[in-house]
Amino acid sequence: MENVPLIFEKSRKGKEGFKLSPLKVPEIEVSKTLGEDLLRDELDLPEVSEVDVVRHYTKLSRMNFGVDNGFYPLGSCTMKYNPKINEEIAAMSGFTELHPYAPEELSQGTLEIMYDTQNLLAEITGMDYFTLQPAAGAHGELTGILIIKKYLENKGEKRTKIIVPDSAHGTNPASANQAGFDIVNVKSDSEGLIDIEALKTVVDEDVAALMLTNPNTLGLFEKNILEISKILHDKGALLYYDGANLNAVMGIARPGDMGFDVVHLNLHKTFSTPHGGGGPGSGAVGVKAFLRDFLPKPLAAKNDEMYFLDYDIPYSIGKIHGFYGNIGVVLKAYAYIRSLGAKGLKEASEIATLNANYLLKKIEDMFDAPKDALCKHEFVVSCKNWKEEYGVRALDVAKRLLDYGFHPPTIYFPLIVDEALMIEPTETESKDTLDSFADALRKIYEEAKQTPDILKSAPHATPVRRVDEVKAAREMKLKYQG
Amino acid sequence: MRYIGHAPSQIDEMLETLGISSIESLFNDIPDNVKLNREMNLPRPLDEIELKRELLNISKKNKAADYVNFIGAGAYDHYVPAVVKALVSRSEFYTSYTPYQAERSQGTLAAIFEYQTMMARLTGMDVVNASIYDGASSLGEAILMACNIKKKNKVVFSGAIHPEYLTTAKTYGFGNGIDIVSSVYTSSCETDWKQLEKLVDDNTAAIVISMPNFFGVIEDVKQAEKIAQAKDVMLIVSTNPITLGLLKPPSDYGADIVVGEGQPLGNSLNFGGPYLGFMGTKAKYMRRMPGRIVGETVDADGKRAFVLTLQAREQHIRREKATSNICSNQALNALAATIYLAYLGKNGFRDVAYHSHANTQYFINEAKKLDHIKIINPKVFNEVVVEVNDLDKKYQTAIEHKMLPGLKLNKFYPEQKNRLLIAFTEKRTKQEIQELLKVLGVS
Amino acid sequence: MSNIPTDLKYTEEHEWIFVEDSLGKIGITDHAQEELGDVVYVELPEVGDKIVKGEPFGSVESVKAASDLFAPVSGTVVEINEALIERPELVNERPYDDGWMIVVEVEDESELDDLLTPAEYKKLVEGE
Repeated sequence: MENVPLIFEKSRKGKEGFKLSPLKVPEIEVSKTLGEDLLRDELDLPEVSEVDVVRHYTKLSRMNFGVDNGFYPLGSCTMKYNPKINEEIAAMSGFTELHPYAPEELSQGTLEIMYDTQNLLAEITGMDYFTLQPAAGAHGELTGILIIKKYLENKGEKRTKIIVPDSAHGTNPASANQAGFDIVNVKSDSEGLIDIEALKTVVDEDVAALMLTNPNTLGLFEKNILEISKILHDKGALLYYDGANLNAVMGIARPGDMGFDVVHLNLHKTFSTPHGGGGPGSGAVGVKAFLRDFLPKPLAAKNDEMYFLDYDIPYSIGKIHGFYGNIGVVLKAYAYIRSLGAKGLKEASEIATLNANYLLKKIEDMFDAPKDALCKHEFVVSCKNWKEEYGVRALDVAKRLLDYGFHPPTIYFPLIVDEALMIEPTETESKDTLDSFADALRKIYEEAKQTPDILKSAPHATPVRRVDEVKAAREMKLKYQG
Repeated sequence: MRYIGHAPSQIDEMLETLGISSIESLFNDIPDNVKLNREMNLPRPLDEIELKRELLNISKKNKAADYVNFIGAGAYDHYVPAVVKALVSRSEFYTSYTPYQAERSQGTLAAIFEYQTMMARLTGMDVVNASIYDGASSLGEAILMACNIKKKNKVVFSGAIHPEYLTTAKTYGFGNGIDIVSSVYTSSCETDWKQLEKLVDDNTAAIVISMPNFFGVIEDVKQAEKIAQAKDVMLIVSTNPITLGLLKPPSDYGADIVVGEGQPLGNSLNFGGPYLGFMGTKAKYMRRMPGRIVGETVDADGKRAFVLTLQAREQHIRREKATSNICSNQALNALAATIYLAYLGKNGFRDVAYHSHANTQYFINEAKKLDHIKIINPKVFNEVVVEVNDLDKKYQTAIEHKMLPGLKLNKFYPEQKNRLLIAFTEKRTKQEIQELLKVLGVS
Repeated sequence: MSNIPTDLKYTEEHEWIFVEDSLGKIGITDHAQEELGDVVYVELPEVGDKIVKGEPFGSVESVKAASDLFAPVSGTVVEINEALIERPELVNERPYDDGWMIVVEVEDESELDDLLTPAEYKKLVEGE
């Protein structure tokens, strides 16, 4: 093993990669045009050749693990296969070379894609209007909650609270807080669903909305959703849908029909756009018609002659992104929807759910897990018994899975489950892959019993061994100092 | 079956393992009255050949994509080298998730660490995060950060900030009742420092300037530094990173937070996104900064490795007490920026800045010789405001010549009639600039 | 079993306080540091700041968690443990000694009566 390399260490004085030909226009004296006192003395960037750059980043890429490398059952993240044709389409120069302020009549292609995508997403979710402006799921949450805030203010209501279940993604309370609301937690019942009685006690005239994902983070469908919706709406509060888990229910049930007023979708999850190592994503937000006038500006629209950007949104929250959102990502989601159509999307949800239930069945005997439970596209098991009996934690299991060539599941989430492994196989994985993952877990289970130290010191077969997070947090080396 | 992993017989085997006869029964927990019970109304599925043909046809409706582009205003037509495109297309990078499992994510982590380093050097800031959604939203996050640090709820903007950044910042401020006021700009398209100073009161957390400003003008940044110091408010600077190839880093004039649009660094125009917002600050504010950060550490063998750090600020740990709700970055765009900066290197990057600036100066000097183009303020970097007679007609002529001559300023400023904001990158040739002069310079 | 010194008073949020001559020295308990894991950062108030009983006066972070620090009593901060800036691990190593956090001038010593005795705190920890 060696140190992970950095480009700075390849730098040698005088090496060049990219080089422009000499200027065709007259040379200038920047000290005159910009002013001597505004010029910088030194800019310390690497001096490397083109080959150095290509080799270095190729080497770094090989230290990564993506969906193309193997199974990536990261719960709540929907790491499905990212179709190659979508990449090719998004790279077409007609899309990539278009300036956001180019005249609309010369930008009809992208405007058409935006307009169509808004409508396709509305049909898939049962909502009326969509904005594509938010750049990620959390960005969509913030947008959605600000829309609710503006709507209530416009009605003259000063509601101060947002209810969030204890199983919710951490972004939910953080987004609500960023929108200026106080957070009220509501607990889950013994089945893992929202405790209806507990909910009733916290819903009052100060509540602006409940944020909910359905199926929830345990992979369970909130079957009382219509009653939940009524409890909220009877008190004048709204219902917000965190679309992180939409991959379970496309074509089967729609948030709009469940009573949700605002939804955000993660196009990088359900609609197959790649995660890019942590972004770019797209967090499109859909609303019922009564909230249309509060959406961010502009929306893609169409009149008799052409597509255009509609800025006529009377009570708009404003803008949440400098331009119109991550349009390059939207394109890939659009291509995905056009590839699959209604039947294909429904089938994706069906197979995703089949895969999760099958995998759960294959491994449930090893874990603290509700037996014979029906999950949707993902499920949660607990390594509590591994910890108590063998002193092995969820983290150790995750690290050991890396040695077997799998990306581990999400660990320690949701917070209401001890030593949680949250597993989401997705529909693009084959039975063979699921079987080999289950086999690997079983081998690791045996190792936990026989040779637990192998787990505790894992991983062993990765580009680097277990990293010291405490040292990183205490020393805070956040840039190269060499 | 598109993108499904199983053979049909395997689906049957799986159902058997589960002891059920159909996939539908897996959805028995969903009450009938919330089920859709009809097929979604979507266009029929396309095979790959049909899809590619259709999307290629749609892409061709974006006629502007082929035009010679003089529009800037926050998104710039710099050249994206083949090296950048090839390397970010490696699927180990683009099909991975957030690098939570550090041992198998060193590629992304090391690249972000390099990004943080290069952007810190460019901006002069002590610490830079792994990136935010785009330039406008990074400014939105910056005002929230400043208000949290100062425990105040007003921010004063220069009147020469990108108008859509101002709108975005107001949306970010709306949630927590932050008051955003904007000063005017002068007739020479500069910040009106006197008025800006007057707007700063005891409740003000920060002032925000853009350098160069929205109109391309090099601001008198010493004024900003003076006001920030005198009034004990934070100075937030929004900047175009390409200009930092020649200009002093904002740290030199007292910036507390530097933000900006990273698109010019190796990212295509893409009709406004995906881009990346960068954000840097001083060491003392590090823990108040939103967004991911990568730190250096060692692995169990004592070898250098990288890992996400300072996570206790973030939403997955602090929930509603987090510094921000953000839980991603624009990782792939930041990777493109990193490779771009590494590949261009010290001299190449300076050259791109210099050529962009020289092209701008050439245009200004030639325009001065013509009667019908008025340069509003020549003290600019890569973008300049001009006033011409019959703008609409000339704009149309340019379009007929397959040229986008700039941004009509009346889009944002009704009072700025007959004015164009024109941007120049290293891609623009002498001939293209001459053609633009010809179109705008006719009587 | 974690260490619970008998000469201290405790909060339900796992802070301890030792009072002498109206000065109260405050830190977090052995149990609390164990639960948090390796402490990487401690955020403390400034000398001269007022703290209010039951309200947060700072926070302590490990890699995977962050917890607010709650004031056992009201008072004015007269000293903070500067050593924790460079060496937050002192909180793990010696939570009742070098790992102390602040000293306050106690406003009202009767507030101490509401705090847990070592026996009560022991019961609380065992019940968790």
